[in-house]
Amino acid sequence: MYKIVRKEILNPQVKLMEVQAPAIAKKAEPGQFIILRIYDGGERIPLTIADYDREKGTVTIIFQEVGKTTKLLGTLNEGDSLLDFVGPLGVASHLEGYKKVAVIGGGLGTAIAYPQAKKLHSLGAEVHCIAGFRNKDLIILEDEMKAVSDQLYITTDDGSNGNKGFVTDVLKKLIEEGNQYDLVVAIGPLIMMKVVSNLTREYGIKTIVSMNPVMVDGTGMCGGCRVTVGGETKFACVDGPDFDGHLIDFDEAMRRQSMYKEHERHSQEKHECKLGGVTNA
Amino acid sequence: MPNMSLKKVAMPEQDPNTRNQNFLEVALGYTEEMAKEEAQRCLQCKHKPCIKGCPVNVQIPEFIKLVAEGDFEGAYQKVKETNALPAICGRVCPQETQCEQLCVRAKKGEPVGIGRLERFVADWHMKNGKDEIIKAEPIGKKVAVIGAGPAGLTCAGDLAKLGYDVTIFEAFHTPGGVLMYGIPEFRLPKEIVQKEIDTLKEMGVDIQTNMVIGKVYSIEELMAEGFEAVFIGSGAGLPSFLNIPGENLNGVYSANEFLTRINLMKAYKFPECDTPVRVGKKVAVIGGGNVAMDAARSAKRLGAEEVYIIYRRSEAEMPARLEEIHHAKEEGIQFKLLTNPKQILGTDDGWVRAIECVEMELGEPDASGRRRPIPKEGSEHEVEVQTVVIAIGQSPNPLIKSTTKGLETHKWGGIITDEETGATSIKGVYAGGDAVTGAATVILAMGAGKTAAKSIHEYLQSKA
Repeated sequence: MYKIVRKEILNPQVKLMEVQAPAIAKKAEPGQFIILRIYDGGERIPLTIADYDREKGTVTIIFQEVGKTTKLLGTLNEGDSLLDFVGPLGVASHLEGYKKVAVIGGGLGTAIAYPQAKKLHSLGAEVHCIAGFRNKDLIILEDEMKAVSDQLYITTDDGSNGNKGFVTDVLKKLIEEGNQYDLVVAIGPLIMMKVVSNLTREYGIKTIVSMNPVMVDGTGMCGGCRVTVGGETKFACVDGPDFDGHLIDFDEAMRRQSMYKEHERHSQEKHECKLGGVTNA
Repeated sequence: MPNMSLKKVAMPEQDPNTRNQNFLEVALGYTEEMAKEEAQRCLQCKHKPCIKGCPVNVQIPEFIKLVAEGDFEGAYQKVKETNALPAICGRVCPQETQCEQLCVRAKKGEPVGIGRLERFVADWHMKNGKDEIIKAEPIGKKVAVIGAGPAGLTCAGDLAKLGYDVTIFEAFHTPGGVLMYGIPEFRLPKEIVQKEIDTLKEMGVDIQTNMVIGKVYSIEELMAEGFEAVFIGSGAGLPSFLNIPGENLNGVYSANEFLTRINLMKAYKFPECDTPVRVGKKVAVIGGGNVAMDAARSAKRLGAEEVYIIYRRSEAEMPARLEEIHHAKEEGIQFKLLTNPKQILGTDDGWVRAIECVEMELGEPDASGRRRPIPKEGSEHEVEVQTVVIAIGQSPNPLIKSTTKGLETHKWGGIITDEETGATSIKGVYAGGDAVTGAATVILAMGAGKTAAKSIHEYLQSKA
């Protein structure tokens, strides 16, 4: 069992949990992920490692409550335990040797972009962070991002934080103003990563994106997480999750992500039914 | 006087049209009377040819004699002397190409039902017997076993019996390997596998789940932490694909994913269990091995109306066990033989709608000794399906190879070992099972686990 030692509510849908997992904490690197299962009969879900503390032996995950499992996870508290927690899976991001990097996070993707920004910062790169959210109530990790970036830009789709626009608008402006990035890291919804990759392709800037497809085992066994990269099939769990954004077939990835939409809805409706029952009791 | 019937005593089975709608075990097992009757078919040959066909050297005529005498517990103990997992082997071993193939009775009529009798004694013991767990005197040496599948479980069991302090590291949340994620409930009830695992635990074997070796610990680190020997039984986890257009459409699965969702994650109980699986009205399974049969029969049970096995050679070349092919046919699986998929066709929004296939004919034998299938020109046709399961094999998982310096492997990924001992290119590191051979059988993996346990014992004794 893996104990939750800290829980924080970052916004109404996004929660942070620090989990006791010393062996994983010892090895974890930015870009890697874990797979967890809450109870017997539950599904295995992959979540990117948002932070780790080798001394304390903890791994931090940040998740958005979108499906049955993440909603249930959100109801757990400090002191509760997770049944299964396995990792660190996937290949660590290669972040060495860059001088100036734009790190882009979209919504929850900011939580995954944060450890990359932190690592780049610690390696001495100049880091410009751009984080985008739907509105100001959903902004997460502002202070954390600020601490590891030389410049931080936060945009909202509706302009409620006084800075209306998309992350790509900011990136384009920064590039046009003469910032010479030798790397862009973009993590967020597939559509955002696609748009960023299209933009950076025009400028010839190397771009790394992080894929989070449907998977079961996370060790290369099921092949459910296949993505097409430069015309070749890759497994996100063992070949990634980081890939060259200019080579990914994003349209295919978006399609594959919708494979269990009906099942997810069904599972969730049933779950909400049950939760309702609990409240009434 | 032996029973000279040319046929095995028939095994009671669930009716095909009932069982293809449930996940309960298909074969129901012998009663005591049936077992005794079948045991009397054994001629008790002096030269015991059957034993030569058994990778773990079960003393076959001896245990069968005990069955015939009605000493079922004695028979079980006799099997158990050399086979750690009799309830499993009695169900999934390909006896027809092993012990039973060498049975003298097979020269005229059917061989003795050795597998059925093995299963019977194991089941009888589970119901009526009592396990006395004898914990060996600890000898204070630690051995790590990577992977809790048939090879790892066997190796761990044998070492524990000798008094070693054994820890198994398993990547999944449940031990059992292919016995849990691959072979379906209706062929091998998971309760049986769990019982065997519980026995190992009682013997003092420590099983650590959620441990992906190569990621969380390297083999080097395990040895630095005091494990004096390591056995790698990490299996053949990497699924092969056909590399044809349309393979990444929604609705295309590797057999690994399809079966893992169903068996390990219990997708057949969705939404009671949370992991879903998509099964269309029409399902095609590509391949002709046991895994293909398992996938096809599972699809049928999950409500598919039409399930096709698509195989590029003829039935004679199919690697699946005859019994599995027979069961699949009984359950209404349709065989499209000498048929090869060319591409998977999708709807506008990216879901599978059909497979384009080409008919094949058999030419000269190829490197595998089987006649090479050659496409018939102009025979392209579409088969309408919504789900495709690709069951054309799997190769060893590269995670350990890529993180273990000095571990020599074949080009195709198999770990190179000394056949006699299971020793790898690294001192103190042994390997066996599918990680070495590529996808093979449960019993061969168990045999390799046994061999390695013996070698590890010899190595650690000489070291001390």
